[in-house]
Amino acid sequence: MNSGSHYDVAIIGAGLSGLAAGIRLAHFGQRVCIFERHNAVGGLNGFYSLGGRKFDVGLHAVTNYIPPGVKGSPLGKLLRQLRIDRAELGLRPQRRSRVAFGPHGETDLKFTNDFRILEAEVEAKFPRRADAFRRVSRFARDHSLKPEALPGSTRDFLRTEIGDPLLEDMLLCPLMFYGSARPRDIDLGQFAVMFRAIYLEGFARPRDGVRVILRVLLDRYRRAGGERRMKCGVREIRPSNGKVAALVLDTGEEITATHVLSSIGAPETAALIAGAGLPAATDPGSAARADRALGFVETISVLNRLPATLGWGADAIVFFNDSERFTYENPAEQVDPRSGIICFPDNFDYGPEEAPAEGMLRCTCLANYEGWIGLPEETYRADKHRWFDRIVESACRFLPPLPDPGALTAATVATDMFTPRTVEQYTGHARGAIYGSPIKAPDGRTALSNLYLCGTDQGLLGIVGAMLGGITMANVHILARKAAPLSPS
Amino acid sequence: MTKDETKKLVLDIIADIAPDEDLSNVKPEVRLRDQLQLDSMDFLDIVMELRKRHGIEVPEADYIQLASLDSCAEYLTPKFNALAAKS
Repeated sequence: MNSGSHYDVAIIGAGLSGLAAGIRLAHFGQRVCIFERHNAVGGLNGFYSLGGRKFDVGLHAVTNYIPPGVKGSPLGKLLRQLRIDRAELGLRPQRRSRVAFGPHGETDLKFTNDFRILEAEVEAKFPRRADAFRRVSRFARDHSLKPEALPGSTRDFLRTEIGDPLLEDMLLCPLMFYGSARPRDIDLGQFAVMFRAIYLEGFARPRDGVRVILRVLLDRYRRAGGERRMKCGVREIRPSNGKVAALVLDTGEEITATHVLSSIGAPETAALIAGAGLPAATDPGSAARADRALGFVETISVLNRLPATLGWGADAIVFFNDSERFTYENPAEQVDPRSGIICFPDNFDYGPEEAPAEGMLRCTCLANYEGWIGLPEETYRADKHRWFDRIVESACRFLPPLPDPGALTAATVATDMFTPRTVEQYTGHARGAIYGSPIKAPDGRTALSNLYLCGTDQGLLGIVGAMLGGITMANVHILARKAAPLSPS
Repeated sequence: MTKDETKKLVLDIIADIAPDEDLSNVKPEVRLRDQLQLDSMDFLDIVMELRKRHGIEVPEADYIQLASLDSCAEYLTPKFNALAAKS
């Protein structure tokens, strides 16, 4: 038997929530170790290299962006808690984004990091709903920092408050695509959080993507004295008397920890607990297809020029839908190309010294996990290829017409695509569900008294949400108990 | 340790926790919460930094003593001096 080591806190997973929690704990003198199965940090927001280029896995844009000097925001809170100077993150604001609905995007709502633009758009395009929209915005503003007290259906709320299915769908589309694990609807508290993150605050991005943020976090973690073990996951959580007694690592080694924070997801964590078996929620037979965790595909086209030279320089993100209603659920086919997200990482306000040599177009659509998993390799590749073209073609309907129809193909120098299968393989998240299980545990509590969840299955949005989630769990369950109980606001 | 020195140490901590706040005109008699954007997460950090940097323990019942710079000085200065006497 290995003698093993003891830590004050063991963290499972080196994604954004695990790293943020680790920084807090190490900063305040806890002996912390992060165990990561993959050889790179980042989890659902990692990056990878292919053909000499670096790609982000998840990040389109950082939400919750506020300009320097604005106080009382989630981003500001995060920077303070991690002792990070916002300049280190190199966040550059978006140019503009759009929600485009109709077979060719006939109705659109533009928005920027200045909320007045969206207000003016709603007023111009839905004049009879302008007051209702202002009421909804006020509601979201008032509730977005205290979401947990608001269960209930956003669909019901918007139907009553706005009473225009098109406007309801258009407002919900970006909020669902950027963070809803729940199909068809969002909890009202979650709606308020996302409304703030996307509309009241906004989008930004470091020129070099998520690795800039990860580098800052890693540096802070290391300097605080945190340890990490890469390519070494936790394969078993061994309970005893309602507590975690030991963790068994992939190497077979056994370690102990006073507290354990798991960022790998609720069902994934439950599955590690020895003898517990899989909870019902992850049993494919237990839920109707449409209610299972959502999967996504993404196409990535590397261009030999900036999108602006193709007439695509205005939009950072476009959320599109061609059908009468917007359907956010597991598709019956492998992919639902009717709606999706277009992301141009180049269309943010970078400085002249940050000008890139190549451009990029990314398109994301809902995907059906069962449609991708278990395919023979050859079929999988052929299906990817076929869907790649269909998705890009679908997305192009919502962009300004190209100078000539072959211009995109001519400009494309490399492509890649991820499916639910890719996400599951590289992140270990069941079903490749980038927003995790539809059932969330905001307080992070589990069946074991010293095991807490952080990250995706806490239900917070985006990378700012993931980091704040990790911070909050570290504060509430570990640091505040040592300092004396004190709940964060 | 004088009360002014205690105030300076508390301000140093706040400057690290909340570098985006202007601390040049903090009024010692006014509650910190009323002149700076500090929430309970920030106060937790003040308590934890006091322990980490100076070995000072502030039990939860005494958090209220950290409300203003003046009250911080009243409450913390004897603690600092007691620690110094021990070492």
